[in-house]
Amino acid sequence: MAAIALKRVSKVYPTGQTAVRDLTLEIVNGELLVLLGPSGSGKSTVLRLIAGLETPTSGQVLIDGRDVTLVPPPRRDLAMVFQSYALYPHKSVRENLAFGLRVRGVDAARVDARVRETATALDIEALLERRPAQLSGGQRQRVALGRAIVREPKAFLFDEPLSNLDPTLRAGTRTELALLHRRLATTMVYVTHDQEEAMTLGTRVAVMRAGAIEQVAPALEVFRRPANTFVARFIGSPAMNLWACTCARVGDGRHLVSPAFSIDLTGIDVAVPDGAGVYVGVRPHDIDIVPNGEGNGAGGVEIVEPLGPVTVVHLRVGGLGDDFVRVVVPADSRIEVGDRVTFRVRPDRLHVFDARTGQRVIDQHGR
Amino acid sequence: MRARGWALVTALLVVAILFPLYWAVIASFTPDSRLFASPSLVPRALVLDHYRALFGGRDFWTPVRNSLVVAGATTVLSVGLGGICAYALARLRFRGKAPVLAFVLAVSMFPQMSIVSPLYLLLRELRLLNTYPGLVLPYLTFAMPLTIWLLVGFFRQLPPELEEAGLMDGAGRLRTLWEIVLPLSWPGLATSAILTFLYSWNEFLFALSFTLGPERYTVPVAITLFRGQYQVPWGQILAAAVVATVPVAAIVLVAERRIVAGLTSGAVKG
Repeated sequence: MAAIALKRVSKVYPTGQTAVRDLTLEIVNGELLVLLGPSGSGKSTVLRLIAGLETPTSGQVLIDGRDVTLVPPPRRDLAMVFQSYALYPHKSVRENLAFGLRVRGVDAARVDARVRETATALDIEALLERRPAQLSGGQRQRVALGRAIVREPKAFLFDEPLSNLDPTLRAGTRTELALLHRRLATTMVYVTHDQEEAMTLGTRVAVMRAGAIEQVAPALEVFRRPANTFVARFIGSPAMNLWACTCARVGDGRHLVSPAFSIDLTGIDVAVPDGAGVYVGVRPHDIDIVPNGEGNGAGGVEIVEPLGPVTVVHLRVGGLGDDFVRVVVPADSRIEVGDRVTFRVRPDRLHVFDARTGQRVIDQHGR
Repeated sequence: MRARGWALVTALLVVAILFPLYWAVIASFTPDSRLFASPSLVPRALVLDHYRALFGGRDFWTPVRNSLVVAGATTVLSVGLGGICAYALARLRFRGKAPVLAFVLAVSMFPQMSIVSPLYLLLRELRLLNTYPGLVLPYLTFAMPLTIWLLVGFFRQLPPELEEAGLMDGAGRLRTLWEIVLPLSWPGLATSAILTFLYSWNEFLFALSFTLGPERYTVPVAITLFRGQYQVPWGQILAAAVVATVPVAAIVLVAERRIVAGLTSGAVKG
């Protein structure tokens, strides 16, 4: 059990490449924090900094309030599950599990008991005498997990542990990880580029880009109240619609006006002066297809993607350039390519971002 | 037709390579009287005269023992120290890594002949002439660079996560090296050990220059000094050559098994 904190940590590689810049992050005791971001965003480097496998160029790493910035990994008492599993190929599963305990000088009987307990919990008792080369991908993943659990470390670090599994196995293992976290209630830091994993597993999610954290918040909040346009675009599938608009006074009300449509802001508090440029974001499932005359705009159907439970429709709308308007409609909708439809944006589901800074300026949605 | 042609070429090559060896073995069992009078491919009578003379009259055991001690010590030191050095060069981050590697390579490229005299003077000053260390130390200057270069390449291609996993499991650098890197490095270690051993076993120039008497002669030196002023005991020379080849061949064969076993057990992930 441990609280982990990074204070103004930067990591610049000798090549001059900056992997992490001035990053501050507090990980609460017992939570599962997900570091989510596209590849190259520095999320794995953050994990390695916590592990001690990298040393920060500046800043501090604290575990339970103690400065461990220069403490080597063996003395941090953290366990890590690697993307490649990194099982010791010359050791049997039993030896793989026992290694961390043996190194710490735990006596043989206790090692044996712990290994057996862990193997039972993960259902890998039958594999104890095998070598990693004789295991399937899913079994290796379990052994890697076992090697971390067996030691009862202060915290777990996961580096994309599911990305080498096939999709069916991945969903099952994800559920097991969630159960494991609930059972152990140990601090976990989990790196992934898969937003679904992040949303389902994370107590909180930290969205990263270019070595910095764009937003840290409970999983649903990142989805409901993205802090800026990057998070808005990155989280959610299909991706959020984002349009450049101006805030203007039309008659006696304020409107968000774009070449393609106009949205009445009556009753919505947007802290933007008249005439300011903004980005308006609307999730595809917050747009409805409505009869003519009731909508905010209209467009021609270019692509229809049936996903099963719902269908995603891409509309070509004049004035938006190459950007489609993505709308989620019920699976039984009779919309076909070439149709011309009218759409209406739900005004209470708007995300408004400052056009210059990209930061969120509307605070009404999701309360 | 084509396959037969290749088989013929291969057969000829094998014969060309094996014939001298065969001839040496046969000749070493042939009495001197018949060696030049009536050479034949199929021996008519095998005698152990030459071997008896070798170990009885000449005390060939001493050079064999000397060679084993010198080559063995050189191999153990070279692989041991060179291995640690190579691991540091392959994995640790420090300044001046590339210059160190270049310097190591430069040392190994020095023409041996050009340093015999300075080395002789140096060893005389250190009172190491005609001693085992007096041969092992110079051999190391040539064997270590080879080992280091071979093993740096080998360590670099091991997945670094394995060592990181060791560190995360709580093992220090040396423990990780010992328990995780070394067992996976058998093929590389065995290869460099074989090469070092062969080099030291066959080395002639230093051995001739830095040993002063039969009590420290190594096998190649001893064999060369078999020839007297008026006669060359070919039979004994060939018998000695056979004796010198057998342990090396045996070691290589055993080590090769290990190499193959090491290669298959090193499989990391499918």
